[in-house]
Amino acid sequence: MAEAYDIIIVGGGIVGCMVARYLSRYKLDVLLIEKEADVCTGASAANTAIVHAGYDPMPGSLKAKLNVAGNAMWDTLAGELNFAFDRRGDYVVAIGDEELAHLQCLLEQGKKNGVPGIHIISGEEMRNREPEINPSVSGALWAPTGGICDPFGVTIAAAENAIQNGVKVYLETAFEAFIMDGKRIIGVRTNRGDFYCRWVINAAGLYADMVMHKAGIYPEFVIKPRRGEYCVLDQADITVRNVLFPVPSKASKGIMVTATVHGNALVGPNSNFIEDKDDCSVTRAGLDEIWHGARKLIPSLDTRHVIAMYAGLRACGNAPCRTPGVDYRQDFIVEVAEEVSGLINLAGIESPGLTSAPAIALRVVEMLLEAGERLEEKKDWQPIRPPRPRFRHLPREEQLRLIREDSRYGRIICRCEMVTEGEIVAEIHAPIPAKTYDAIKRRTWLGTGRCQGSFDMPRVVDILSRELGMSPFEISKRGGSSRFLLCTTKEVNHED
Amino acid sequence: MRTTENVICITCPKGCTLEVLKDGESILEIRQGCKKGHSYVQQELTDPRRMVASTVKIRGALHPLLPVYTLAPFPKGKILELMKALRAMQVDSPVKTGQVVLPNALDTGIDIIASRDM
Amino acid sequence: MKIKQKYDVVVIGSGPGGLAAAIAAKKTGCDDVLVIERDIELGGILLQCIHNGFGLEILKQDLPGPSYAQRFVSEALGLGVETLLDAMVLDVSPQRRIFATSRKGGLYDIEARSIVLAMGCRERTRSQIRLPGPRPAGVFTAGTAQRWVNVEGYMPGRRFVVLGSGDIGMIMARRLTLEGAKVERVVEIMPYLNGLMRNYVQCLLDYDIPLQLRHTVNRIIGNHRVEAVEIVAVNDRWEPISGTEEIVPCDTLLLSVGLIPENELSRKAGVLLDPLTGGPFVDDHFQTNVPGIFAAGNVVHVYDLVDWVTEAGYIAGRSAAAFAIELRRWENRHMPLVAGENVRYVVPHELDRESLTMGAVRIQLRVKQPIESPVVVELRNGEDVLVKKGEPYARPGEMITLTIPSKVYDLVQKASVLSVHVVQR
Repeated sequence: MAEAYDIIIVGGGIVGCMVARYLSRYKLDVLLIEKEADVCTGASAANTAIVHAGYDPMPGSLKAKLNVAGNAMWDTLAGELNFAFDRRGDYVVAIGDEELAHLQCLLEQGKKNGVPGIHIISGEEMRNREPEINPSVSGALWAPTGGICDPFGVTIAAAENAIQNGVKVYLETAFEAFIMDGKRIIGVRTNRGDFYCRWVINAAGLYADMVMHKAGIYPEFVIKPRRGEYCVLDQADITVRNVLFPVPSKASKGIMVTATVHGNALVGPNSNFIEDKDDCSVTRAGLDEIWHGARKLIPSLDTRHVIAMYAGLRACGNAPCRTPGVDYRQDFIVEVAEEVSGLINLAGIESPGLTSAPAIALRVVEMLLEAGERLEEKKDWQPIRPPRPRFRHLPREEQLRLIREDSRYGRIICRCEMVTEGEIVAEIHAPIPAKTYDAIKRRTWLGTGRCQGSFDMPRVVDILSRELGMSPFEISKRGGSSRFLLCTTKEVNHED
Repeated sequence: MRTTENVICITCPKGCTLEVLKDGESILEIRQGCKKGHSYVQQELTDPRRMVASTVKIRGALHPLLPVYTLAPFPKGKILELMKALRAMQVDSPVKTGQVVLPNALDTGIDIIASRDM
Repeated sequence: MKIKQKYDVVVIGSGPGGLAAAIAAKKTGCDDVLVIERDIELGGILLQCIHNGFGLEILKQDLPGPSYAQRFVSEALGLGVETLLDAMVLDVSPQRRIFATSRKGGLYDIEARSIVLAMGCRERTRSQIRLPGPRPAGVFTAGTAQRWVNVEGYMPGRRFVVLGSGDIGMIMARRLTLEGAKVERVVEIMPYLNGLMRNYVQCLLDYDIPLQLRHTVNRIIGNHRVEAVEIVAVNDRWEPISGTEEIVPCDTLLLSVGLIPENELSRKAGVLLDPLTGGPFVDDHFQTNVPGIFAAGNVVHVYDLVDWVTEAGYIAGRSAAAFAIELRRWENRHMPLVAGENVRYVVPHELDRESLTMGAVRIQLRVKQPIESPVVVELRNGEDVLVKKGEPYARPGEMITLTIPSKVYDLVQKASVLSVHVVQR
């Protein structure tokens, strides 16, 4: 018999996982399905990792509302879920007098959106706060509630906390179609069979439009991937202390230079619409573009300090803002579908989606209540997701204690980021098992340093194969056909 | 017919180019290069040989493969055949550096020896 | 093997530079020499360089990498060099304190009289050459592939393109061909070969592997595993010439695009690095700007012949040993002066035995408790009194002076600790 749930969440990005976490509080059978081999592999994985203050979105839009509401939830969330979050504030930096006027507009917009504490500081003050800044800085908008986080850490922690509280997560399970009873959704069809449910929550990111269309609704809603490219810099070569935005353009918040919770500086993103929803390529032109933009803020940036590059796709929708009188056509969709029953759509969640995710999740709870669901709290709901030790962040005595308890914490596998075998093994056997190289990389930050995994890769393949009881030939970078090794050295034949 | 041919010497890391004056198959003169280079060219034009290094499977050792090499330069034309022979082999640990793992490979009179202890 | 708390010379890394340094340090007369190696055996990257061509300069022999390493490993072990394997150094301080960790032994906190940094180098990666495209599996540095193929026994691909005509790239092209894989071509952005000519002949020409100079990989194709690469010609400024793009199907792209000295630890120790070489600034003893910290081999700058690395290791090892011996001599000359019965403290805290050859040494002290009757101030080696002096009383508020005369020089030489006591007569 097919499995039956109260709620099925389609998509294991930040939105889906956050929804799962907030729903796990109630006596509901919840299943989250994710088509990839891990959670947090799409837009949630490749972005700027910023918790936005909320001065950017159009006042009156859902984006503005959820951004500011979401931002306020992050301290508690970080405390409960134990992920890296640093509310160090952010700046919009004006270069030259012309840009200075734009800061005033942003300030007013921010005030309308209810962003606390924002004000404009002088160019001189900005130079003091970031010595490497372009000397022609004329002023900056300072938003003390801005922050930076580890988006993998957040998403994985949310998903784990959901699992702790009884939610099921099926990976490599792709949504194919709805199972309908007239206009009522009664389940989903996947590559792993049918699952029945009373509600489906569409958190399918770039594919949220496709999921809607499968329900036969909202045909005019389309998500276009808008690609952003990034470079990560070596922290030994350059330290950027702050989160620095340029004065935004129409299309995006612009190419920024920011500190990350891992200590590296990050530059990017540009913003280009593309066709292919899977194409996370970095391009030569794109890299040139982001360097040009980044140097406007910090002229001393040097391309020789690049240690990693990546590209992410924003799920850019075309939904008009529902607030009367607000002319905005790229708003979030966070609503119960009207034409069919049993579907909640969370779509067009591009930036500030990461920041808004907890607020979106709370909104989902509210919508379920409004729809007449009697949500009963679990008495034993556990909001705390315990952290796992990170060897490199511990003081010596703690390191020693850890090694005494489990000697595998004494063996360093990633020399650049000082990640131990103990940490890797713990992730492989965690509530969401890290079964691929990238899954381990995202959780432990292994392979992200200067050597980009050249040293650790053979060792990680070895550990994965041993712990999972799989042949080394089955171990992959991120599931599917992304395997590392094809055969043994001695089995290749010239006759082939 | 007299021809000149350039041969790059691989005896040492210098990688000199030697000019060889030939009449048909016979070598008239070798220009440039050192003494070792001249004998290399002689050899290269008559019976080209290469040092070959590879691995063979080993049982009961720290690693699954034992590095091995030819004790002397090996006829170039037989290298692929040698690889096939090495692929089919397996030795048992322990092995000492210089130990012969395949004597008189392909009847060339050249032994294949272990590159290290294992 | 039990790891001691203190060593004369600690060598970090057991490649040819590190082994040579350890050997030289032993031969120069250091008793306690330790090599710390992150892998499970000594030898470093040479162990995966199974090809011939090592040792022509120093050993006058044409050896494969593992044989070259084996000689030095055997010599080092034969000389009694101690080893800490499968251990990673976490930190080195400018005071030459080393923190290392291993699965077997946990955390180590080791003091070294001198240190030789011999961490070698690492390979430049895809990101460092900013190679565009998605990020599929199948893009590996040549060295990572070499470890898999030659040591661990796995093939990371069947159909390769090699970017970069460095020696490792060409040698891997031959190696993969010999093991039955297809190497489509070697692509080099420069107008000339990056490695040795002999490797071009015996690795590429011998196996009909095409070399394309003035070309580069323009982008990688394939979302999960590499499916192809786009190769393009470049102009004099290394920019792609449009119209020359060619898609070459392959499942693996090997990168042989340069090596960078590995100096993460050097930085932690306060060692200054030359931005040009990527390695420490060194003097002719291979000493860095931090006294007692030396560096040898590819950690200083990238060599093309292992023999020169070995030679650099010898120099650094000898120099490090000389430093350690000098320091030990200094340590041996100094002995603690400790506060004994009813003494709160003594200044100086240590005595340089040789000072007595120049004249008497005056020491000063304060007592703990007042004694309002005649006392004796004594300098003792254990129970033996070397110097004594009477005082009518002893009070904490009044400093007591004692002079150690030159004539006790011989007695002082026999002591390892001297103590000062103030007792009732």
